[in-house]
Amino acid sequence: MLRYLLKRSLIALVTLWIIVTITFLLMITVPGSPFSDERSSNETIQANLEAHYNLDEPYHVQYLIYMKNIAMLDLGPSIKQPNQTVNDLLGRGFPISFELGMVTIIVAVISGIVFGIISALRHNGIIDYLSMGFAVLGISIPNFILATLFIQKLAVDWAMFPVATWSSPAHMVLPVAALATGPMAIIARLTRSTMLEVLTQDYIKMAKAKGLSPWKITFKHALRNALMPVVTIMGTLLAGILTGTFVIEQIFAIPGMGKYFVESINQRDYPVIMGTTVFYSAFLIFMLFLVDIVYGIIDPRIKLHKKGGE
Amino acid sequence: MEKILEIKDLHVTFTTYGGTVQAVRGVNLHLNKGETLAIVGESGCGKSVTSNAVMRLIPSPPGKISKGTIHFKGQNLTEFSEKKMRMIRGVDISMIFQDPMTALNPTLTIGTQLMEGLRKHKNVSASEAKKKAIEMMELVGIPNPEERLKQYPHQFSGGMRQRMVIAMAIICDPELLIADEPTTALDVTIQAQILELFGEIQKKTGVSIILITHDLGVVAKIAHRIAVMYAGKIIETGTKRDVFYNPQHPYTKGLLNSVPRLDERGKLQPIDGTPPDLFSPPKGCPFTARCPYAMEVCDKVYPEQSVLSDSHQVNCWLQDKRAKHILAESASKSF
Repeated sequence: MLRYLLKRSLIALVTLWIIVTITFLLMITVPGSPFSDERSSNETIQANLEAHYNLDEPYHVQYLIYMKNIAMLDLGPSIKQPNQTVNDLLGRGFPISFELGMVTIIVAVISGIVFGIISALRHNGIIDYLSMGFAVLGISIPNFILATLFIQKLAVDWAMFPVATWSSPAHMVLPVAALATGPMAIIARLTRSTMLEVLTQDYIKMAKAKGLSPWKITFKHALRNALMPVVTIMGTLLAGILTGTFVIEQIFAIPGMGKYFVESINQRDYPVIMGTTVFYSAFLIFMLFLVDIVYGIIDPRIKLHKKGGE
Repeated sequence: MEKILEIKDLHVTFTTYGGTVQAVRGVNLHLNKGETLAIVGESGCGKSVTSNAVMRLIPSPPGKISKGTIHFKGQNLTEFSEKKMRMIRGVDISMIFQDPMTALNPTLTIGTQLMEGLRKHKNVSASEAKKKAIEMMELVGIPNPEERLKQYPHQFSGGMRQRMVIAMAIICDPELLIADEPTTALDVTIQAQILELFGEIQKKTGVSIILITHDLGVVAKIAHRIAVMYAGKIIETGTKRDVFYNPQHPYTKGLLNSVPRLDERGKLQPIDGTPPDLFSPPKGCPFTARCPYAMEVCDKVYPEQSVLSDSHQVNCWLQDKRAKHILAESASKSF
């Protein structure tokens, strides 16, 4: 297991390095600089500013300086947010984004699996048709449309929930609902179809022949086998929810990472672009690693630390 | 002899978009205590459906026991509620499935799967269950049972898995064991071992066995009585001796002729044609179209049961009392 962990960490580092390099290359190919739109400043001030942020150096030197800083976990100062480092921005915004993302994932996974199971057990019944109909809607409607719809109807017209911001559980309801609907629908459909397949397997029939209750058969024998595909798409869903939070945070005025991330690109705030990209990549890589571990727990046939079948 | 199971006029139908399939069409069967009854027949003749009906494991919808009774120790199982049936399954009647590769849940340990039935039905502690589990694994011939309990199905070979499936079926000491093609998925040497195991278990526990198979070799090895099934009906029943040495139904004869033999050279004789479509089964004897001895009446009316002896019965017009009996010599003279 230790060897596996070591191997995975090494691969993660290489992946991160590739991401940093590509982001850096993309950034320098885009024309302009953080100061190009400041009309008032004269050339001396511009030159001084660029020297301060090492922007006057040749690209390879800038790259090396950045790599050195990042190795010491210093993501640099923000150019546009005065007196703040990227580490400060992340420290302030990320916990909120993380909370939004995690609550969304938990809601999406639990409700998706529950709807999927009910649909599979009541296969071709009214509940099945209804929930699968909603699932198609959930997959098709983008979360920003849902968000604005929720705000208009549930917050403005019927005043059931706060319109925006992030301070109490009531504030969470609308953004989480908007963000979770898509992933929930995907998980529900997937759980339904794999459950239906698993329920026809011989071992389910065998469990019935042992006289086990339907409850035990569903949760002990069927669900565990049906969860594998769900775990598989968790990686992709995580990435989707992560980027989804940027949009949802904008709509609900939630002070998370999304605002900085989007603004930094418009303003060419190089250190913030790099810092958030690196941080989110590292986070995603870590989550995917967790998904792989969960695989091994659910299905004993998958051994992480051994090569080939045994 | 005491009858442990008696099936009377059992009909099972499956309703599909294409129509209603009459998979089992009036099966009469009985099983004595401590005996092994083999139900033989080709694929799709309704033998598995009959055994699933006894367990009440016919998927509903689309399947349905539309008529008939199944008496197990005097109780009519067709009238049992699903809840009451759950107290019978695995305890009084258990089932062994065809393919050991798919009959075990890949995500649960062998021990969990072996003990769950016991824990559910018999009020035993975890340590008692484990003791019984190890005892069962020894009975079915699995070495190092204590270690093996903690392993997963993929760590077992096919033969070992089938032994585990058998252990799971007999752990609650059932009185009736239904084995649905228990050796079909195994290679021949393992087949022989598993069949021997059935004999041993029966000797030790006195369990009655219904063996579903299309392999007459398997039947010859362990069955006491044989029921031959064709197109949803039992067409001939008898002791092993009756059916193997004195088969009376042309279909039974055809089946026996189509078994390859080591002591005879020459071509195998298959039965020509295919079984009838059970969406619209024929009114008369379903074998008529393939039968070399078919008469006009065969196509029109289904033959009643002719009792040849206490143990041997057949449904064939050739054996009907009203049929003309001619001696072999006179028959050859007339040609």
